Amino acid sequence: MSEAGEAAAAAPAEMPAEKPTEKPTEKPAWERDPVVPEWREADDDPLAAALREALPEAIRSAKTFAGDLTLDVERERLADVARELKTTHGFSLIVDLCGADYPNREPRFDVVVHLASLPPDRAYRVVRLKTQTDEATPVPTLTGVYRGANWPEREVFDMYGVRFEGHPDMTRILLWEGFNGHPLRKEFPVEGIDTGAAIYPEHYGETTGPVAGTGTGWKPPKPAPSTEEEEGEDG
Amino acid sequence: MSAEPTDALFQGEEMELSFGPQHPATHGVLRLNLKIEGERIVGCYPIIGYLHRGTEKLFELHPFFQNVPHTDRMDYVAAATNNLAYVGAVEKLVGLTVPPRARYIRTILAELQRISSHLVWLATHAIDIGAMTPFFYCFRERERVLDLFEQYCGARLTLNCMRPGGLPFDLPAGWADACRRFCDDYPAKIDEYEGLLTENRIWKRRTVGVGVLSPEAAIDLGVTGPMLRASGVGFDLRKARPYEAYGEVEFAVPVAQNGDTYDRYLVRMAEMRESTKIVLQCLDLLPGTDGGPILAKRPRVLKGPKAEVYHGIEGPKGEIGFYIVGDGSPNPYRCHVRPPSFMNLQALPDLAIGHMVADLVALIGSTDIVLGEVDR
Amino acid sequence: MGLKVLDETGDSPSGAVESNVLTTTYDKIFNWARRSAIWPMQFGLACCAIEMMAVLDPRHDMSRFGAEVFRATPRQSDLMIVAGTVTEKMAPIVRRLWDQMPEPKWSIAMGACATCGGPYRTYAVTQGVDRVIPVDVYVPGCPPRPEALLWGLLHLQRKIDRMKSAGGVLERPKPRPGEAPR
Repeated sequence: MSEAGEAAAAAPAEMPAEKPTEKPTEKPAWERDPVVPEWREADDDPLAAALREALPEAIRSAKTFAGDLTLDVERERLADVARELKTTHGFSLIVDLCGADYPNREPRFDVVVHLASLPPDRAYRVVRLKTQTDEATPVPTLTGVYRGANWPEREVFDMYGVRFEGHPDMTRILLWEGFNGHPLRKEFPVEGIDTGAAIYPEHYGETTGPVAGTGTGWKPPKPAPSTEEEEGEDG
Repeated sequence: MSAEPTDALFQGEEMELSFGPQHPATHGVLRLNLKIEGERIVGCYPIIGYLHRGTEKLFELHPFFQNVPHTDRMDYVAAATNNLAYVGAVEKLVGLTVPPRARYIRTILAELQRISSHLVWLATHAIDIGAMTPFFYCFRERERVLDLFEQYCGARLTLNCMRPGGLPFDLPAGWADACRRFCDDYPAKIDEYEGLLTENRIWKRRTVGVGVLSPEAAIDLGVTGPMLRASGVGFDLRKARPYEAYGEVEFAVPVAQNGDTYDRYLVRMAEMRESTKIVLQCLDLLPGTDGGPILAKRPRVLKGPKAEVYHGIEGPKGEIGFYIVGDGSPNPYRCHVRPPSFMNLQALPDLAIGHMVADLVALIGSTDIVLGEVDR
Repeated sequence: MGLKVLDETGDSPSGAVESNVLTTTYDKIFNWARRSAIWPMQFGLACCAIEMMAVLDPRHDMSRFGAEVFRATPRQSDLMIVAGTVTEKMAPIVRRLWDQMPEPKWSIAMGACATCGGPYRTYAVTQGVDRVIPVDVYVPGCPPRPEALLWGLLHLQRKIDRMKSAGGVLERPKPRPGEAPR
């Protein structure tokens, strides 16, 4: 098997939609310096165009990077866009829903949704919806469109403090009730902060219970004098 | 019912039962708050997070190259597929192309990992239902798979066996032959397991018709992997968007129709057979690349561009994907995992309601969750 | 009973005593019984639990050392193998399970996470299970190989051999100065 033929076979498997037209070179792709993909405007993408027609002013921008279509969606229209994608364009599977934090930006949080259309009815495709929000403004929930959005939205709330309007059960999912803070925010230290929150207030008193995120872990009922404030190991 | 029942249980009143987090059938530290009417489950509320370790926070603190070991410890019975999903996402972000030999070896490792993960599932699922023998049979073969991993990378469980751009090392001498011997033996071993279980009357009474998940509900809940295919939806990322070497090998995607616990069992058993075929085909393709590169040319420090990618692959439990945001620095700005167990576990209340408490252990087993991945 | 039968067949009572009576110390016989039939609790937390299962498999076979009877309830077990990461959400439950185990009881911290938090120095992870319960043997590794867990079990057995229970009070052995794990 020739290596040039191999490279040609490899490229579409890795990223089907995007491969810049290459100059013929002797070296196969893996011996050359990696070519970082670029952002491209995707206003001519049929899916983006159809959505813009169906829901005017809901899509702020459409871009692709490495073959992924990213749609920047108005916050209030997120559920509408998802419903339109599901009913009209066959994006029936919610792949993922997560958050991201950009503290220097206003509003600071991203909510990122990945939806997929499933074969055999449709060609497999993943589309990414993004919307911005801040702590005070809730995002419309997707649980009315995809039941599978339930837990991921709770996770985003747990990790970032972003609220989802209309969510049936907006509680913490991974951390415990009473944990003070949202750990994936950029300003949250990885060792945690001593918030004084009791994990099991029904079992432990306010001062004797396990204390969240001291960096020294669970405190025994009789606090040892030397286990306080050991942070800053990699400072 | 008697005219004047005194016990609240016999009046059809609900009782709450906390199931877990320390329970032999929860496969770790899952907790379920159950509402039961007698023996029948009328409400099920999973409580997770007992193994939340902050992996996604740690991803942001380490360079791209150093994050591979953290992926091992999420789905710890399927480390190779986690590695593959992560390095695939990084490669997509920075535009690395993987040499063909590395692609074949990665595919072999991923499929061996699928076999070993399904073996752990079968062993524990069978123990939960009450069959002890399959545990010993499954772990007998699993040790052989782990031996192969150990010969390749030195670890049994947390493999750390892939790098962005390829592989850390080539196959050791004799590895391909040992792998081929295993694959030649293995279908007969699957026959052994199936001989114990498939037509076993007790097994069928415990699984057939238990926990039916309709295809519509499965898709609505974001369920992927063998659970989705057992419900009759033939979606497999290895076919839908062939990554690595899956476009060059022939294999079937097992699909069942009923969506019950028994069909999920059948789908996973058939997947193990298909995995064996994929490994053998990749072993046949390997000699054409002998001595070829296994690692693409890559900079010493990988800097992610200001961009974001999502890359998902078909893991043993379902679609495992990574959403990575770069900001021009050597660390990922944000690295989110799409955990299949997390999404599949959402279907558990749907499956459990209406069944007996004793069926719940079969249902937890058949969802094949790993709490390290649910909680991360 | 045995003495009477032997009498009828003509054996001397002294020979019966020699073949049937053992003089030993209370500590020795109890420690022997305790270390030879350790019942661990079936309690997996994370990755290490998979290797704990592998210890039971045909290749490693923990029952060679009398410790294969995994019990699902703490009330029937006398060894807690803390196999995996203890998070702060889980720590109170680990403590409660430990409190539910009857004395005499021992614990093995299996793996880096249970020993010291391992790779996870984060907001959610307890930095070592010894902040919650007393630990007898630490087994290093991430995860430890099954052989390493067997080493930990054998080490625990040696430790049990040195226990003293005179006067009805259990006394855990103090580490000997300069004792190196063998």
